Amino acid sequence: MIVVLQPVGRTFLNGLAAMGRLALFSLAAIRHCVTPPFYPRLMLRQMIEIGYYSLPYVGMTAVFTGMVLVLQTYTGFRVGAESAMPTILLISLTRELGPVLGALIVAGRVGAAMAAEIGTMRVTEQIDALSTLSTNPYKYLIAPRLWAGVTMLPLLVAVADVIGILGGYFVSVHKLGFNEGNFLNNIAQDATFKDIFSGLVKAAVFGYTISMMGCYHGFNSKGGAQGVGKATTNAVAASMILILTLDYILTELFFAR
Amino acid sequence: MADELKIKVRGLKKRFGANVVLDGIDLDVPKGKSLVVIGGSGTGKSVMIKCILGLIQPDAGSILIDGQEVVGMPARERERVMRKFGMLFQGAALFDSLPVWENVAFGLISGRGMNRAEAKAVAIRKLSAVGLGPEVGELYPAELSGGMQKRVGLARAIAAEPEIIFFDEPTTGLDPIMGQVINELIVTCVDALGATALSITHDMHSLREIGDYAAMIYEGKIIWSGLAKDIDNSGNPHVEQFVQGKADGPIRMPVRSL
Repeated sequence: MIVVLQPVGRTFLNGLAAMGRLALFSLAAIRHCVTPPFYPRLMLRQMIEIGYYSLPYVGMTAVFTGMVLVLQTYTGFRVGAESAMPTILLISLTRELGPVLGALIVAGRVGAAMAAEIGTMRVTEQIDALSTLSTNPYKYLIAPRLWAGVTMLPLLVAVADVIGILGGYFVSVHKLGFNEGNFLNNIAQDATFKDIFSGLVKAAVFGYTISMMGCYHGFNSKGGAQGVGKATTNAVAASMILILTLDYILTELFFAR
Repeated sequence: MADELKIKVRGLKKRFGANVVLDGIDLDVPKGKSLVVIGGSGTGKSVMIKCILGLIQPDAGSILIDGQEVVGMPARERERVMRKFGMLFQGAALFDSLPVWENVAFGLISGRGMNRAEAKAVAIRKLSAVGLGPEVGELYPAELSGGMQKRVGLARAIAAEPEIIFFDEPTTGLDPIMGQVINELIVTCVDALGATALSITHDMHSLREIGDYAAMIYEGKIIWSGLAKDIDNSGNPHVEQFVQGKADGPIRMPVRSL
C-alpha cells in the first residue's frame, strides 16, 4: 500500500510546492510592475513584439473562424439561419472565440519565445549579470513583459473580433446571399457592452497568464539547451491549460445565473 | 594577511538537496589585493562567489563587505552594496540583444541612470582600455570571438569603476596567447582602479600572473591559503597535487573504469 501511496503523496506535495513557488514569483513580479524604476523602452519593445507581430496570426485565425462559424451555423440551422446568424457570430466571437483562440495563438508564439529567451539568459548567466550591474531582473525582464501582455491582448482581441465579424459578413452576404442591410443592422443592434467587455477582460487575464508562464518557466530553467527546451514546452502547455481553465471561471463569473 | 580586509567570509555553508557544496568556507580578501582561489571542477568555487555576490542565498555563515554584514541584508540595501562590485563571468554573459557598447555601458545606464550619450563615451573609453576599437562597439556579441567577448566582459566589469572585481575562470577556453592578454589586462585594470580582486580559476599560469594571494578550495572548505608566490611550497599534499597536475595523490577524481 505504501509503495502505491508514496509516489502519489510525493507528486501531490511537489505540485503544492510548485504552486507556492509560482504564487511567490507572481507576487514579486506584480510588486515590481508597480514600483519604479520602469523601463518604457523595453515595455514598448515587448508591446510591439506581442501586439504588432502577433496581429497577422491572430487576424488570420479570426477571419477564418468567422467564415467557418457562419458556414457551420448555416448548414446546422438551415431554417432561420439568416436572422440568427449575426447574433450567433457576434456572441461567439466577442465572448469566446476571439479571446480564447487569440490567446492560444499568442501563447504558442509569444509564450514560447519569452520562455526561450529568458531561459537562455538564465543558463548563460545573463540574468546573474543583470544583478551584478545593479539591475533588478524582475523589473528589467519580467515587468515589461507582464505589462505588454495585459495591455496588448485586449487590443489584439478587439481587432480579432472586428476581423472575425468581417469574415462572417463576407461569407453570409457574398456566398450565402444574406441581405447585407439586415446583417449589419442585426450586428449593430445585438452588440452589447457586456459581451465585448467580458471578452476584453478575458483577453487581459489571458495576456497576464501567457506572460507570467513564459517568464516563470524561463526564469527558473536549469541546465543547458535541454533545460531551455523543457521550459519552453512547459510555458506553452501551462499557458494553454490555464487559458481554458480561466475561460470557464470567467464565463461563470460574467454569465452564470 | 594582516592588511585591512575588504571581504571577510566565515563559516559559509551551502547545500543543494543532499549535495553539500560549501562546508564552512573561511576566506579573507585584503583591500586592494588580488586573491585567486583554485580548485577542481565542481568544488564550489562558483557557488562561493555567487553567495558573496548575493546571487545565491547561503544556508549559514557570515559575509562582511567593508565590515558590513550582507547575509540577510534587505534587497534595496543589497543593491546599494552591489554597486561596489564588477564581475567578469566565465562565458562573459554578454546580453546578446544589445550592441557591444550598450553591454559595456549597461550598468551606467540601467543601474546608475547615466544618459546614453555620456555612457556610450565611457563605454568606448573602456573598450579602448581593453584593446578594442570604437568600431567594435557597434557589433553584437555573437559577431565576436571568444577572446573578444572576454575583453568586452572585462570592459563591462570595470565600466563603473568598481571597488571589488570578481573574475570567474577568466582564461578558460582561450588559447595561451589570448589567455596571457586577458591576464595582463586584468592586472592592468585592477591596478589602475586600485580595486580588490577575487578570481577563481584552475589555470595555474593565470594564478601566478594575477594573484597576490592564493587559496585552495576542496570538498567545500578552504584547505590552504597564503601568498601566491608560495603556492609551489605550500606543504599541503592536496595543493601540491593540484599545482603539479598529478593524477595520483590525495585528490581522487570520480572516474569509473571502462
